Amino acid sequence: MLMISPRMASGMQEKQYTPSLLNFFIYNPTFGPREGEEEKKILFYHPSDVEKNEKIRNVGLCEAIVQFTRTFCPTKPAKSLHTQKNRQFFFEPEDNFWIVMVVRNPMIEKPNKDGKPPTVEYQEEEILDTVYGAVVRECYSMYKLFNGTFGRAMEAGGVELLIQKLEKFFYRYLQTLHLQSCDLLDVFGGISFFPLDKMTYLKIQSFVNRVEESLSLIKYTAFLYNDQLIWSGLEQDDMRILYKYLTTSLFPRHSEPELAGRDSPLRPEVAGNLLHYGRFLTGPTNLKDPEAKFRFPKIFVSTEDGYEELHLIVYKAMSAAACFMISASVELTRDFCEQLDGLVGPQLTLLASDICEQFTVNRRISGPEKEPQFKFIYFNHMNLAEKSTIHMRKTASVCLTSVHPDLMKILGDINCDFARVDEDEEIIVKAMTDYWVVGKKSDQRELYVILNQKNANLIEVNEEVKRLCATQFNNIFFLD
Amino acid sequence: MSEEHYLELCENPVQFEHASSVNNVFFDEANKQVFAVRSGGATGVVVKGPDDKSSVAFRMDDKGEVKCIKFSIGNKILAVQRTLKSVDFINFIPDYPHTEFTQECKTKNASVLGFCWTNWNEIVFITDQGIEFYQVFPDKRSLKLLKSQSINVNWYQYCPETTVILLSTTVQGNVLQPFAFRNGTMCKMSKFEIELPVVPKPAKLSLSERDIAMATMEGACKKTHVLKLNTTGKFALNIVDNLVVVHHQSTQTSLIFDIKLKEPDSAVNMHQPVLPARSIHPYRIPLAGPAVVPSQPPVPCQLYSSSWSVFQPDIIISASEGYLWYLQVKLPPAVILLQDKGKLMDFLLRRRDCKMVILSVCSQSTSVCLLGLPVVATVFDKLNQVYKEYLEAEQTYTAVSLLNKRPVRTQAVIDQSDMYTHVLSSFTERKGVSHKFIIAVLMEYIRSLNQFQITVQHYLYELVIKTLVQHNLFYMLHQFLQYHVLSDSKPLACLLLSLESTYPPAHQLSLDMLKRLSTANDEIVEVLLSKQQVLGALRFIRSVGGHDNVSSRKFLDAARQTGDQMLFYTVFRSFQQRNQRLRGSPSFNPGEHCEEHVVHFKQLFGDQALMKPSTV
Repeated sequence: MLMISPRMASGMQEKQYTPSLLNFFIYNPTFGPREGEEEKKILFYHPSDVEKNEKIRNVGLCEAIVQFTRTFCPTKPAKSLHTQKNRQFFFEPEDNFWIVMVVRNPMIEKPNKDGKPPTVEYQEEEILDTVYGAVVRECYSMYKLFNGTFGRAMEAGGVELLIQKLEKFFYRYLQTLHLQSCDLLDVFGGISFFPLDKMTYLKIQSFVNRVEESLSLIKYTAFLYNDQLIWSGLEQDDMRILYKYLTTSLFPRHSEPELAGRDSPLRPEVAGNLLHYGRFLTGPTNLKDPEAKFRFPKIFVSTEDGYEELHLIVYKAMSAAACFMISASVELTRDFCEQLDGLVGPQLTLLASDICEQFTVNRRISGPEKEPQFKFIYFNHMNLAEKSTIHMRKTASVCLTSVHPDLMKILGDINCDFARVDEDEEIIVKAMTDYWVVGKKSDQRELYVILNQKNANLIEVNEEVKRLCATQFNNIFFLD
Repeated sequence: MSEEHYLELCENPVQFEHASSVNNVFFDEANKQVFAVRSGGATGVVVKGPDDKSSVAFRMDDKGEVKCIKFSIGNKILAVQRTLKSVDFINFIPDYPHTEFTQECKTKNASVLGFCWTNWNEIVFITDQGIEFYQVFPDKRSLKLLKSQSINVNWYQYCPETTVILLSTTVQGNVLQPFAFRNGTMCKMSKFEIELPVVPKPAKLSLSERDIAMATMEGACKKTHVLKLNTTGKFALNIVDNLVVVHHQSTQTSLIFDIKLKEPDSAVNMHQPVLPARSIHPYRIPLAGPAVVPSQPPVPCQLYSSSWSVFQPDIIISASEGYLWYLQVKLPPAVILLQDKGKLMDFLLRRRDCKMVILSVCSQSTSVCLLGLPVVATVFDKLNQVYKEYLEAEQTYTAVSLLNKRPVRTQAVIDQSDMYTHVLSSFTERKGVSHKFIIAVLMEYIRSLNQFQITVQHYLYELVIKTLVQHNLFYMLHQFLQYHVLSDSKPLACLLLSLESTYPPAHQLSLDMLKRLSTANDEIVEVLLSKQQVLGALRFIRSVGGHDNVSSRKFLDAARQTGDQMLFYTVFRSFQQRNQRLRGSPSFNPGEHCEEHVVHFKQLFGDQALMKPSTV
């Protein structure tokens, strides 16, 4: 399939507005079924200073749309509503609980001569349902990770508790949403795995097993290096959201002071006669502080018959981070934390330097990295592995891409096409800016390549992608 | 307590007539023979050796009290010393004259302390003034002096394995001079001095032959191994299974030392006993003889009795009771007595009959979770170290055969199949052990094998997979495969395929593995066809250049099965094109058995849709 992308926006005096969050609300229509009680349906509304009647009107509208569209397909209610100015996303994570996110479409403000007010041009087609649909689902997953289901709060303390929890969680969480930089990676919600040789991997296995054995309170362990996953004792879906939290929230929060150099945490601790660089990223910042609190964030993960609540201990030494999860019914003490610090600190420090050494050796073997002629995103639905050479390192505040948003939009479009059919496909697009964009789907894997070869023809592009697959993905079964 | 006795006397001792006023008993260390000489030989000499072959009985004339009596090697010539001046000889070679002949020592005024056979016809006289080395000519009934050496001798010891005689010289007796004998030559070795704890004044003989034991042990035995006995009194030494056994008479206990066992925190050659002191396992003497009622219970034997004599390497003789025992080391008590499992492994790995004991330790340490993973890891590492050394030796042997001796596979070589059969497979079935621990142990073993660069056998991977599947730990399995912890192989890929129904991602994992193997293209095609991915299979086989050789029928069968007519059309035409390219005609060969597909194609699309032979 060959497509030509829409013309790129240009014009020097124009003002471009990126998509932004207009509203975010959660309601349950069964809570206020009678007239005059509509307000009771609303569990959370952002922004909170919206006038009550407007809230009720907006919620009512969503309710009506969902109800109306259901008559066409009872099993698949509406997922989004496109209007000129904005787009609404509907998601029902639990029975009768609805999350709605309203995003203002990106727009261009064109100045008019003669002092007339500028013309606003909404770019209705520039944002993708899949991307923002995924953002809404992630909002819920993140809430659930730290609070359990809505139903759980209802059981524990009724609507009041649920409202309180929603308020507490989303007030902060919504501030961290950066809708302008959401893209294909949000659709995948993948995990970046750290490449590692077998022996070092086995050493990590051995480390995890030993720690879990000597500190038998620990139920699950996850191991990361350089913000990339190496081992997860949690099931895939739980790990996916925990990974998201760690890499987009917890780690960046702690690495920024590190980079800034203040409050340097790189002062080694001494445990026995071993120096180590281990420290807690959750819980006590300083074990020696007599006032230290031994409280850790709690998370909820699924089990065979429901979910369980766990303490989340994140412990880091240099670039290696280990997450230890302990049943929330246990109270964690200073003793335990000291024991953990003494046991894990030295070993983790050693492992971290082992991995680092291994990593540099591998890098040297593979030779200096040349700036390649292409950039790619790879995703495997089976193990959620993702790899992107398009995205820069994520920080807490921004996620930078190295390509133009228009190209990212094309990637998103191709992804939508792939989602529609089960069979393997390949799509090649020539963008207006001389870039070639190639999407390949083989079994459960997707690969998106952006090539910067303006004079190449279709056959050459095809060959180039084949070569890329042969070098970068030679150890997996990838049909070409 | 009884399971702590790590030393025992053998069950089948050599029995002989006990020493009495009319019966003298002698022991020859070289041939390990006991001589019971009744009435100076007149009423019979009974010789009992370690086996029946070396046992002899004969009579000889009573020519005075026998001081020493020994056969030459192979029981060819018997030498008997009755006086201080001379030694008598009797031929035991058939057809040779049996009359005794005598050799007096050459040195004037010297008295013969004793003699040692160094060969079937070579003998050394040790006198208080030196040594005399003779060759015996049994046919001529005479001896010829080969060599002699003057030196003051207090006492001597003989090591038959190395044919070395050690002489005690100087007044204090602590300077020892060894001589080696080989094929008629005598070689003086460098002498050495034994440090005396207290130097007596005036000087007197301070070191006796009882203080010295000579033995051969595996490996180079350096001069200064010091055994810490931590006690005083009368000691006797045995060497059993490369262990030095020290018997202490007054406490009636024994200690064992493993001079190869490195002590971590002491000077290199200081040795502590491996195990705490214990007595030899109680022993009962079965009462024998004509008068004894069979049901009579055996009598306990007095251990460490003063009538015991200890000989190298592992012989204990009770002359008064008429028994010769071999001392044996029992390994199972060491498992109880030695708490440090790493040290225990080091100790066991150097013993002869260690295999089953080691395997039992392994199954113990794995089943008893109390020991913990680090201990299990240490045990595995020690086993695999020995295993790897053997594999390497074997490899060098095959690489340059002829040159080397084939490496001996001792019991200490415990390979993957041993571990699988005796330890791991039953361990994974065990109830009451957490699956977490089971998997941790399996992974620890695989880690250890990898660390020593030993190729892991497929059945171990299979065991890991089986265990993970049994506990529904598919995501764990997925991660292991992702990091290639379970190495690629066709059987493993097939095993994964079989898991697809319970864990769909196994399909992808399996295909990836087959792809990496690069020798499994046929299997990949089969997998894809079975999934009705006919085009995928076709594209794949084309990409690896196997398109020309595949069976067209197989693909057409699969395409037809999908019921997708366009797919059938595409595949059919693709093979027609192949035929055209290969043979210049689009038609199928009869050998390809595609007739029914041709008919089917015509039915669906008509004759005109068939590719026509090109006219070019």
